[in-house]
Order: sequence, then C-alpha cells, then structure tokens
Amino acid sequence: MKKNSILIVDDEASVRDSLYNWFLEDGFEVSCAEDASKALKILDHEHFDIILADIKMPGMDGLELLRRIKQIKPDAIIIIITAFATVDTAVQALKDGAFDYVTKPFDPDDLSHLIRNALRQVSLKEENETLRERVSALEQVEDIIGESQAVKKMLTEVEQVAQSNTSVIITGESGTGKELIAKAIHANSLRKFFPLVSVHCGALTESLLESELFGHEKGAFTGAVYTRKGRFEMADNGTIFLDEIATISSKMQVELLRVLESKSFVRVGGNKTITSDFRVICATNRDLKKMVNEGSFREDLYYRLNVVNINVPPLRERKDDIPLLVNYFIAKYCKSMSRPLVIMEATAMKRLQDYDFPGNVRELENIIERAIVVGNGKEIKLRDLPLSKPVTLSKTESLNDLEKQHINQVLTNYSWNISRTAQALGIDRVTLYNKIKKYDLKQ
Amino acid sequence: MATNTMKHVNQINLISFGITDKALLEMLRAETARIFSCKVNHKEARTELGQFFDGTRRQYNADSLLQMVDQNYSKAESKTLGLFQVDLFIPILTYIFGQAYLNGRSAVASGYRLVDERYGIKTNRQNYPERFLKEVIHELGHNFGLIHCRNIGCVMQASTYVEDIDLKNADFCPVCRKQLEQ
Repeated sequence: MKKNSILIVDDEASVRDSLYNWFLEDGFEVSCAEDASKALKILDHEHFDIILADIKMPGMDGLELLRRIKQIKPDAIIIIITAFATVDTAVQALKDGAFDYVTKPFDPDDLSHLIRNALRQVSLKEENETLRERVSALEQVEDIIGESQAVKKMLTEVEQVAQSNTSVIITGESGTGKELIAKAIHANSLRKFFPLVSVHCGALTESLLESELFGHEKGAFTGAVYTRKGRFEMADNGTIFLDEIATISSKMQVELLRVLESKSFVRVGGNKTITSDFRVICATNRDLKKMVNEGSFREDLYYRLNVVNINVPPLRERKDDIPLLVNYFIAKYCKSMSRPLVIMEATAMKRLQDYDFPGNVRELENIIERAIVVGNGKEIKLRDLPLSKPVTLSKTESLNDLEKQHINQVLTNYSWNISRTAQALGIDRVTLYNKIKKYDLKQ
Repeated sequence: MATNTMKHVNQINLISFGITDKALLEMLRAETARIFSCKVNHKEARTELGQFFDGTRRQYNADSLLQMVDQNYSKAESKTLGLFQVDLFIPILTYIFGQAYLNGRSAVASGYRLVDERYGIKTNRQNYPERFLKEVIHELGHNFGLIHCRNIGCVMQASTYVEDIDLKNADFCPVCRKQLEQ
C-alpha cells in the first residue's frame, strides 16, 4: 500500500522530533526541514501529500512559505501551526490557501482528526485528477474512424456545433455510430466536465420513460420505494442524449417540448418544480420530417430539436474506410482478449469491402470480434468471416431486398434466436424486431 | 507463535519508576512475556524525575524520559520499556500515553492518564491494569517496527482516549502478528 508523505517545517528541534515520531508511528513517510528555505529546496524535487509548517521561524516565516509553495504547487495541502494564535494570522493563512490553522500544543485526538481530514482531501484530489483524465480520454474523437470525405465532413460539423449550446439531431441508420457522435459533441463542448446522460427512448414504455426522464417521488407509484432523480436532473450543466427519439408517444412529445422550453419540470408524484440546465442531443434512424408530415411527430418539437442536423453516413457509402475500421477493431479486440495482433488476409478484406453491411459499423465490429474468437492463427481468413458466399449486387434487387434476404439467412443460421441474430447482425433486438415486421419475415 | 520475533532480541526489560503496585507489575511482566513469547525481566529503578518536569506545562517531558531510558537502561539485542506514573507530554501534543522509537530498542508508557477519575468518569479501577498492559504492548510493538493498524481491536490501533484503549484487545491482529514474526 502506498504510504502518505508529510513534510514538517519547524525551527524547534523538539517539535520536529515529536511530530516526526508521531507520524512515523502512524505509517507516514516523514521528512523535516528546520526553516522555510530548506523546505523549498526539498519541495523542489520531492512531492508531499501534507506540509505542516510553523508560522514563527527565523528568516522566511510560515505565511511567506505558504504563499511561495502555493505559487509553485497550488494544490498543496498545507497546515499552519503556531504557538500564539491570533485571528489576523489565522484569517491570513486561510486566505492564502492554508488547509487549516492550529495552535500548538494540540490534543492528540485533534491532530488525528486534522490529518484524517487532510488525507481525505488528498484522496479527493487524486480522484478528481483520475476523473479529469477519464474525461479528457473521452475528448479523443479517435474512436470515430475514417478518412473518407463523408466522415471528414461529419467531423467538421461536430467541431462547429460542439462549442454552441444548440439542440442537435443526429440521423443515420442503425449501427452507424450515432451515440459516438453525441459523445464527441459533448466531449468537445464547454459542458465536458459535466455528465453526458443517455436515454434509450425506444427501450422504455411511456410510463417508464416519464419516470426515467423526470424522476419520481417516493410512493409515486407501486415500486417507487425511494425518491429518484430523473435524467434531466442528472444532466444538469451537461448534456442529455435521447436515442431513438422517434419512438416516443404523443404525450411524451408534449411533455418533452414543455421541458425543452422551460428547462423546468416536476418529478412524477411530486409538486416541486425542478430546474436543470442541459443541452439536448437526439438521435433517430427514422425520417422525422416525413413523420411530421404524416402527423406522427409534433412539428413544434421537431423544429425545437432540429436546430442542427448531423447525418452519419452508412458504411456502404464510405467503403474506403473499411480497411481502417478493420484494423482498428482488430487492434481493439486483440488487446482486450490479450492476443497477439492478427492481420486480415487480402481476399477476406476484399470480401468485406464488397459487402454492404446492413448493420453498418456495428455489424463490421461484430464480424471482426467473432473472427478473432473463432480464428486461430496470425491471419483472419475468408473462412473466419460469417459471410457464406460473395455478396454481389444484382441489378434486379433493391437494397431492401438484399437486407431482407440477409436478415432471413442469419435468422435461419441462428434458428431464429433473436438475441444471437441481432448480435451477429450488429443491431439491437428492437431494430431486428422492426425489420422482421417490416419485411414480414416468418419462421 | 512469536518465536521468530525474538530472533534478534534476547529479552524485554520492563523498568518501573516509582510504581509500587507489585501485583500490577507482575501482571505486566507475565502478560508481556506471553504475548511476545519471550523472556521478560522486571526491575525497579530510582531516578530523580524532577529534572524531566516542565514547570510551565506541569507535565513530564516524554522525549527526555525516553532518551534517559535509552541511554541508561537499554541494551543491544533487547527492548526496554520504562513504566511511569506521571503525566507525559511531547512539545506538540497536550498529553500522550506512551512513546517509543520505531524499530528502536526503547519505549516509555505511563499509567497516569489511564484512570477514569482523570476524565470525571465514575472510578473503575478494574480497567486500569488492562489499559496499562495494552499501552505497554502497543509501545513495544513500535519497537518491533509495527506502525498504527486500522484493524479494529488490534493493540496497534492508535488510541487518543481511554475509551479507545478499552475498545481494543491486548494482542495483535493476524496481520500485525505476521509482520512481527517475519
């Protein structure tokens, strides 16, 4: 276990020795300095979790030392100790950024509490740094792979829209990576240090969605054992991502419009108005404009959401990106499965480039993952791909016919096991059900 | 068993300064021998404690007492603990129960603040011997290189009040015991 470190700065040898022994017995790594200049020299090349400094020392006093340390290390946790406490020096020390100010001699219990609080601060600081690192990792848009014109255009749009606060609708077929685009917008926005809250509207019934979005009070309905914050509340200062927005009911469309306009709402079963400052990003694979014309989607909500529209192109329209994506997924899955890096045989790559990927990038990703699992060599061969025969485009067949035929084939391969088929196709179960219904496929 | 513990230590010496309770001293000696599985001697010593008294604080300087024990009574390959009945302090703290050199050969412990009447609690002299024993074992534990333990009940847990001492046992937790035996 990592030991916490402490630097004691005091001109009195007896005080230094007392503290030295005390902290040594408490499991710290302890260093001492008899004056401020020696302390600064030590701090030049060493880091300490806590610095305990006496205020009255010959030469530079504790307050000056505090200011100097804070200039170099603004996050340093410094506790000022003094034999003669005055309100003025205490206020000054705290104003200059001291963590605490204590008068010696102190009670052993007070010292324990003081150090425990300081260590809590140390661990919060470390946690904060870890979270910041994680967030900046999110900023990397490298997960959006592609060098085609379509991808470049889309990334430019993402960059342009990210810094603003406007609502965005991301459109594109299933599996094209709409959520990834939402993450990229959030990660490059001013809201990046606040949450990105995702809601998959299509997966929830109307009442569940209402409770999910607005939260509920304890006892609002059977099973509401606790008060629960809604997603809008959780997204305060951040971004809410509403996936499959086209699936929400008319009632929810009205509710959503009201929330978007007022940025305030009431929890289910509650009466207190809650306000939240969020940005909204929606995604859909449907043609919302068409739905507006048909009357199944509110026009006012459509215009409210559709301030900026980013279209994610299907994989078949950016086939040049397939080799890049293949290599990216190979590297990703070889790493996660702790396997040596494999390469893809040229004929297998050619087959993939000829294929139309109705399930888009998600389908390609699943194909690669499967190939790495089932293949056992240094190369992914044609036989490792779940594409039984070369897919050629017949002039007489439409894209829909091809998709129907492919889904039917995969369903048969997996004995109509919906979950496994959806996984193989790289689409979710709801989408698969929709497609079965659309093409009237039967077992 | 703690036989390995004593690989480099022949014995533990308890030196009492002004403690007259023979039964208490014998209990401390016997229990220390049991817990450390080693030979423990007890000796009475006479020293003028006035020189360690701080008139301003009206307490006895534990750092100086520890030095005195180390210089006059400690021997190589043994651990020596001075037993006192005076109010101990170190410059930075208002009081302490005991003090030791980490990984060293000397320690001190005092029973002065281990009695209930110092805290306005109803006197219960039955607690006193056990508290004193726990302090002795704790300080000797530091001599053997053990630091404060977070394990509730372990004798090496840091105690700032007598109530804290009452909560822990007089023996080491398995983790500290293992470390002691290495």
